Amino acid sequence: MGREKILKLSGLEPLIVTSESNFINVGERTNVAGSRKFLRLIKEENFEEALTVARHQVEGGAQIIDINMDDGLIDGKEAMVKFLNLVISEPDIAKVPIMIDSSKWDIIEAGLQVVQGKCVVNSISLKEGEPVFIKQAKLIKRYGAAVIVMAFDEVGQADTYDRRIEIAKRSYQILVDIVKFPPEDIIFDLNIFPVATGMDEHRLNAIDFIEATKWVRTNLAYCSVSGGVSNVSFSFRGNNTVREAMHSVFLYHAIRAGMNMGIVNPAMLEVYDEIPKDLLEHVEDVILNRREDATERLLEFAETVKGIKKEKTIDLSWREEGLQNRITRALVKGIDQFILEDIEEARTSVSKPIEVIEGYLMTGMNVVGDLFGTGKMFLPQVVKSARVMKKAVAYLLPYIEEDKLKNASLYEDESNKSAGKILMATVKGDVHDIGKNIVSVVLGCNNYEIIDLGVMVPPEKIIETAIEKKVDVIGLSGLITPSLDEMVYLAKEMERKGFSIPLLIGGATTSKAHTAVKIDTQYQNAVVHVNDASRAVTVVGDLLNKRNNQKYVGELKSDYEEFRKGFLKRTKHKEYLDIEAARKNKYEVDWNTQEIKKPKKLGIQVIEQQDLRELESYIDWTPFFRSWDLHGKYPEILNDSVVGEQATILFSDAQELLQKIIDEKWFEAKAVYGLFAANTVAVDDIEIYHTERRKKKLATFRTLRQQLKKYKGKPNIALADYIAPKDSGIEDYIGCFCVSTGFGVKEKATLFEKDNDDYSSIMIKALGDRLAEAFAEFLHQKVRKEDWGYAQEEVLSNNELIAESYKGIRPAPGYPACPDHLEKITIWDVLKVKESINVELTDGLAMWPAASVSGYYFANPKASYFGVGKIKEDQVIDFAKRKELDIAIAKKWLNPNLVEGK
Amino acid sequence: MKNIEEILKEKILVLDGAMGTMLQRYKFTEEDFRGDRFKDWPIALQGNNDLLSLTQPEAIQDVHRAYFEAGADIVETNTFSGTTIAMADYKMEELVYELNFESAKLAKEIAVEFTLKNPNKPRFVAGSIGPTNKTASMSPDVNDPGFRAVTFEELKNAYKLQVEALLDGGADILLIETIFDTLNAKAALFAVEDVKEERSIEVPIMISGTITDASGRTLSGQTAEAFLISIAHIPMLSVGFNCALGASQLTPHLEVLSQKTSAGVSAHPNAGLPNAFGEYDETPEQMASQIKEYLDKNLINIIGGCCGTTPEHIKAIAALASQYKPRTAFETV
Repeated sequence: MGREKILKLSGLEPLIVTSESNFINVGERTNVAGSRKFLRLIKEENFEEALTVARHQVEGGAQIIDINMDDGLIDGKEAMVKFLNLVISEPDIAKVPIMIDSSKWDIIEAGLQVVQGKCVVNSISLKEGEPVFIKQAKLIKRYGAAVIVMAFDEVGQADTYDRRIEIAKRSYQILVDIVKFPPEDIIFDLNIFPVATGMDEHRLNAIDFIEATKWVRTNLAYCSVSGGVSNVSFSFRGNNTVREAMHSVFLYHAIRAGMNMGIVNPAMLEVYDEIPKDLLEHVEDVILNRREDATERLLEFAETVKGIKKEKTIDLSWREEGLQNRITRALVKGIDQFILEDIEEARTSVSKPIEVIEGYLMTGMNVVGDLFGTGKMFLPQVVKSARVMKKAVAYLLPYIEEDKLKNASLYEDESNKSAGKILMATVKGDVHDIGKNIVSVVLGCNNYEIIDLGVMVPPEKIIETAIEKKVDVIGLSGLITPSLDEMVYLAKEMERKGFSIPLLIGGATTSKAHTAVKIDTQYQNAVVHVNDASRAVTVVGDLLNKRNNQKYVGELKSDYEEFRKGFLKRTKHKEYLDIEAARKNKYEVDWNTQEIKKPKKLGIQVIEQQDLRELESYIDWTPFFRSWDLHGKYPEILNDSVVGEQATILFSDAQELLQKIIDEKWFEAKAVYGLFAANTVAVDDIEIYHTERRKKKLATFRTLRQQLKKYKGKPNIALADYIAPKDSGIEDYIGCFCVSTGFGVKEKATLFEKDNDDYSSIMIKALGDRLAEAFAEFLHQKVRKEDWGYAQEEVLSNNELIAESYKGIRPAPGYPACPDHLEKITIWDVLKVKESINVELTDGLAMWPAASVSGYYFANPKASYFGVGKIKEDQVIDFAKRKELDIAIAKKWLNPNLVEGK
Repeated sequence: MKNIEEILKEKILVLDGAMGTMLQRYKFTEEDFRGDRFKDWPIALQGNNDLLSLTQPEAIQDVHRAYFEAGADIVETNTFSGTTIAMADYKMEELVYELNFESAKLAKEIAVEFTLKNPNKPRFVAGSIGPTNKTASMSPDVNDPGFRAVTFEELKNAYKLQVEALLDGGADILLIETIFDTLNAKAALFAVEDVKEERSIEVPIMISGTITDASGRTLSGQTAEAFLISIAHIPMLSVGFNCALGASQLTPHLEVLSQKTSAGVSAHPNAGLPNAFGEYDETPEQMASQIKEYLDKNLINIIGGCCGTTPEHIKAIAALASQYKPRTAFETV
């Protein structure tokens, strides 16, 4: 085996660019020159959010991220180093290689000094002559990076075919012969310039690039060619239809000529085959410079396509194909329109109706499974496939039953048909089931028999059912923190009863850390944390694979043990203060200068019937996509190169259902909220009063305080710090609320389930949750502007609302700023929530209906969201005393927040 | 005499075992560590094993001798912590050149002695270059992930001094080992390239990373292949893994290297995983039986031992390795 000359890059993971590789997409949103948002974030030193920009790109499919800090108002070197150091600390970003992009050598070198993987330098050129070029190339080689070489020399930038190949050839010879630079680590940027500018000298810009690319890839062995594509269509700014077509045509030809990586905005790209014939012809005339009058003709034509929405035509040609193809297609595409007639045809073609399932349908579902497994289908599509499958099976069931009666002997081995039985349950006290249902559906698609016990399932019932039905796996789900302890309890019970089947753990508050430290230690057999549906299939497959599951379980156990060791080691380093010391370091508001606005309306208000239409624009869609395992920020996600298409379909389905929900008033939305005179006492407690005279106490909210030892000057915050202390004599206020849009959700979901439509059932629950959040947002704004009235002038867009740009906060019990769920009971007492709007608290203090939100209102402009983090036992004891609770009970509820081992 | 590149094509080379484990047997006291020269040093010196090259040179040479007798082709110098960065703990930055120079000299004397005795089995000295006690791509402070305790420049300068001293003292090979942060290794490689260029010389380089746990990644998070790609810009005699894991846990990662590199592949695993007392208790036979798997799979060109291994282990490994041909699927570049 000789040394292969192929471009190999690395982040935490390798990226190998072979001649078979698809076009390598370089993410460029982390470029201050290319993204106004990123520039703003870096200027504001908001590195945290700048990191999410990088993360979204990687999640969105960027295989390399380009990082550029060249801006007059930024210290580029410092920003580059700081941002790279943070990127390196985020494994989900740092897994891809980094392109260090700067026109300044000292920034490039500073970047190379902080990245362990093999980067790409973007870029060097002969602009300043050979000595500088050679010196920089030598250093790049010594740092172990690949390099982009711009077609630029002492004379200027290459803008013709001849100049491009002249400079490329000369650069290549210097690099390979003098510097001994590995030729496979050279990437040429041959300058993409605009065409159809009206100037004659620009007519050849695209075709020259394409031809030069071909020459370079043919004559300069092993190198790559890259470029920024959007330049080519610069003269058609404002006409995206034409621009998208131009990009596709350009890429189509450039890739064929050998361009193998580049910066392409996937949102600005049409599918080559789907460009209308006439537009394609005009664009190709321009790109390939096929006619004298190409530019004029495209300009003229462009006027006619400006802003035309793509028309949707439904292609039904697949209906002409064979039966299996039609059934497979219906499953893969999730089309249920023709499934019953196809199934009927299939049924009459076989001797036993069960064979339709075992043959036609399973063949189709295997295709679905393969596509999902290889990342070519996404979760919402699979759930739609399941809907088609279920409809087909429901249609066949009566025939199968009838056949069973006739030919009982043929069905004896039927019990072995499923791949395994899986019990799924949301644990006691918890009502959230969207994630659990999705996992159930996906596993169901993979031929597992699902026994779904629903929500708020007591542990005894889980154990009992598992034994009785001889299930192969138990899957537990939960969203609220008390559910974590329920899971621990169940693991203990399984151990006590001598179970040997695997236990799956999932849900929003669960984590690998909690599973490894708290659950895995309770149960000798396999415990696996699974937080997305696609992983569930492979995990269950491995767990139930009789041939080597013992090995797999052994590996799992040792993996969790290692993880646990690492985790416990890490947590030991943290220091915590005693609660008294933490209180001394509380967040100090200067109450003498702090302006406090008295609410316009004190007391409790009820909204009996909220118009859902008013809530629509307050919906934050990003979490909606996340609940379907589609990751990315709305609305960018709709144009994402990987999941964009699916996200768009999902979004349009969601819109359709949402309009029905609103128009036909499927859900009832109600709220109760109150604003009260309040003051802090004993540092951590907030007293609220019946009246402004503050004589009679109505209730006391108990807050929890951060105890992690902070850097000097950083306070240990509790929510109580945002309310003026009683002894200051200053009159302050607080609010609390509960909103719900959940009335009607369950009923509609059940109807869909009866109709074998899990897709709509999950969808409607997800929309219920979104509407509840939107209601909370809406009500908070109303309170700020009207009822309390401290922000009457506030004008914020929905994005700004989502980004929480407003003054004041609305923290929710059970979430990081006030992790204690017990406080909900106080809110329920104060507002009479149950009596006024009929939202109840379960044993686990989850709200029912599930699509509900409750919390406090703090108006202080200094108030911001924070996490209490871990607390020490001394605070729990103190908290129990203040609340007049049994210490054991307080501990049970605050257990997830307790510092380990103290 | 054949050079090491040629020999590497003909047979599996055996590297020595642990220096620290052997030195523990001497039970040196604080006074022994100090010797006469450092009796008034302001800081406690017990545990500074590299210093023993100056204060207990006979012991160091005895260990080298024991490993050569056991069948090692290459011994490592007693310089694992021989950088200004690691020696700062003992305030011995000023002594770094001398420590490395003398350590290389001690090893070279014994190597020459053995080569003269049996010219058919030439012996080599590998200058051991450890990872230092700081990492360039991770923050020591979990609350401040952007912080770095050491810069590339500082590491490069520290490594350069060590490299120069090791070569001056007679090291035949440079072994950059126990790499838990690839960026540290890249700084070391950068320094080596600087020295090679300044002196117009070529030096065989061995590079050995450390997979820290069952995740199959280095401490700084890279997979075996990503690690390989990140250091492949420097011509090397071999690339491999050492420390942290026992022999059998290393197998899958060595398979990756064996498939993906055209350089030699090396391994010097620990004598198993430490027991509850932090001791390594795998016997020579147990370890050799696991290493047999490497040899059966034809994964290896250089084999030795790390923490917990002794001349007895190396003897067992050498006996086994002599029965096998080296990994052939490679050619030196």
